[in-house]
Amino acid sequence: MNVAVIDRQPDTSSQSKLGIVDCDVHPYTKSAADLDQFLPERWRKHRQSVGGRSRSPFSNAPNYPRMSPFTGMRMDSYPKDGTHPGSDLEMMQEQLLDLFNVSYGLMMPLLGRGSDERNIEFGAAMATAANEWEAQVWCDREPRLKAGVQIPLEYTEAAIKEIEKRAGDRRFTHVMIPPRGLEPLGRRRYWPILEACAANGFSIALHLGGTSGHPSTGGGWPSFYHEEHPSYPQSKEALVTSLVVEGVFEHIPNLRVALVEGGFAWLPSLTWRLDKHYKRLREEVPHLKRLPSEYIRSSIWVTTQPIEEPERPEDLLATCEWIGWDRIMFSTDYPHWDQDDPRYAFKAPLTEQQKRMVFRQNALSFYGLE
Amino acid sequence: MARHVVAPVSEIAPGTSKIVDVAGRSIGIFNVKGEFYALINRCPHEGAPLCIGFVLGRFTADRPGAYRLERHGEMLRCPWHGWEFDIKTGQSWCHPESVKARTYNVEVVPGEALAKGPFVAETVPVAVEQNYVVLDL
Repeated sequence: MNVAVIDRQPDTSSQSKLGIVDCDVHPYTKSAADLDQFLPERWRKHRQSVGGRSRSPFSNAPNYPRMSPFTGMRMDSYPKDGTHPGSDLEMMQEQLLDLFNVSYGLMMPLLGRGSDERNIEFGAAMATAANEWEAQVWCDREPRLKAGVQIPLEYTEAAIKEIEKRAGDRRFTHVMIPPRGLEPLGRRRYWPILEACAANGFSIALHLGGTSGHPSTGGGWPSFYHEEHPSYPQSKEALVTSLVVEGVFEHIPNLRVALVEGGFAWLPSLTWRLDKHYKRLREEVPHLKRLPSEYIRSSIWVTTQPIEEPERPEDLLATCEWIGWDRIMFSTDYPHWDQDDPRYAFKAPLTEQQKRMVFRQNALSFYGLE
Repeated sequence: MARHVVAPVSEIAPGTSKIVDVAGRSIGIFNVKGEFYALINRCPHEGAPLCIGFVLGRFTADRPGAYRLERHGEMLRCPWHGWEFDIKTGQSWCHPESVKARTYNVEVVPGEALAKGPFVAETVPVAVEQNYVVLDL
């Protein structure tokens, strides 16, 4: 017999009176020219006449088609003026911040070309412009929104300069690093940037994305978006493994990393595997003083979206237990098509304490928002 | 249960739809090849406004590379996560056994009959020479 599951009551208790923290919100520009006011004339002209040169196979489109037109947006998130979803503050307030009583929304802008741009000087200028745009156009108008520092990952000096420039500015809570760089993130070439994040009190948000030119799966370029989407955990697994095995957390013990938009159910099995191999291959990595699981437990946080939906919903609770309830932070991914709704994301019931941690407290602590 | 006049037939052409608010509920009225159907404007998955989604057919493939489009114009795809529903029954394509969007009975009634009542027609002016879509709720 069919059951009209629409009768299922939304779990409104996740929205405690205190409000939730959303760890993945995407603001967009209404047009690429919105950043011009924050670019020096030299780079404004460059943007207008030459444009970006990314490592993506296409200059102005994502590698894969999305479920809905444009670049994978919720169909009801298009502003009336025909501009880009996520570009209208009032609509974002109505569909996200006010609706779900969001205390803080952590912004993860997917623009600025800061990490993909092959012309690294232009990339640095765009990262700076995108940071000014976040602070002035979003944070100053809506203090619930917190900005992520965008950096040119392959231009170390400029990246560190940008991190130091934003340190102490309460509008910025994290540094955004794309998980698909030219090399795995644990490599020494990136250590100065990681050191600068920790030294300046910034947590790192590793948000899915970046077009390094490497195929998105370990087995090469996929044919379907259905193949591409499950590659998100793959890129996260490669990152966590690299950061742990290269000894980053031994070198920078106070580095705090959030994995954004990769789900989380894969993390326990990766951790088990890393620990198993540590016992067999420890001689190769004598710089690791602790079990991989201990580094992961002390330095890695996960965000929930796109949340896994196991056949038996309660299985997800065991997964959360293995990771640690204090390491899991709720995220929507508004306004993307695959966003999660805080009222329905968890298909199994959480305890009051678990809800408080996942929907609010963990993120407040992680991003220093208390 | 009351019968609500939600639109003149001429307002919802084949292949189109109209979203109406009836007794506090948002409901999508669909014209599928001349037949009218009504679905709740709320996705059973995560509560999205289901009825603003694309109306499309059902793609099937007997084997990789052999595609077939069936029941064109009879499926509705949610604007958020793309779950597909049969407009005629509300049945979910991915969970046909367990998930269903609520449907409502609709029928076409001549204006002449409506004038006799008992119908609720707060927002739709009724003329005897037209036909109307009437929803049971």
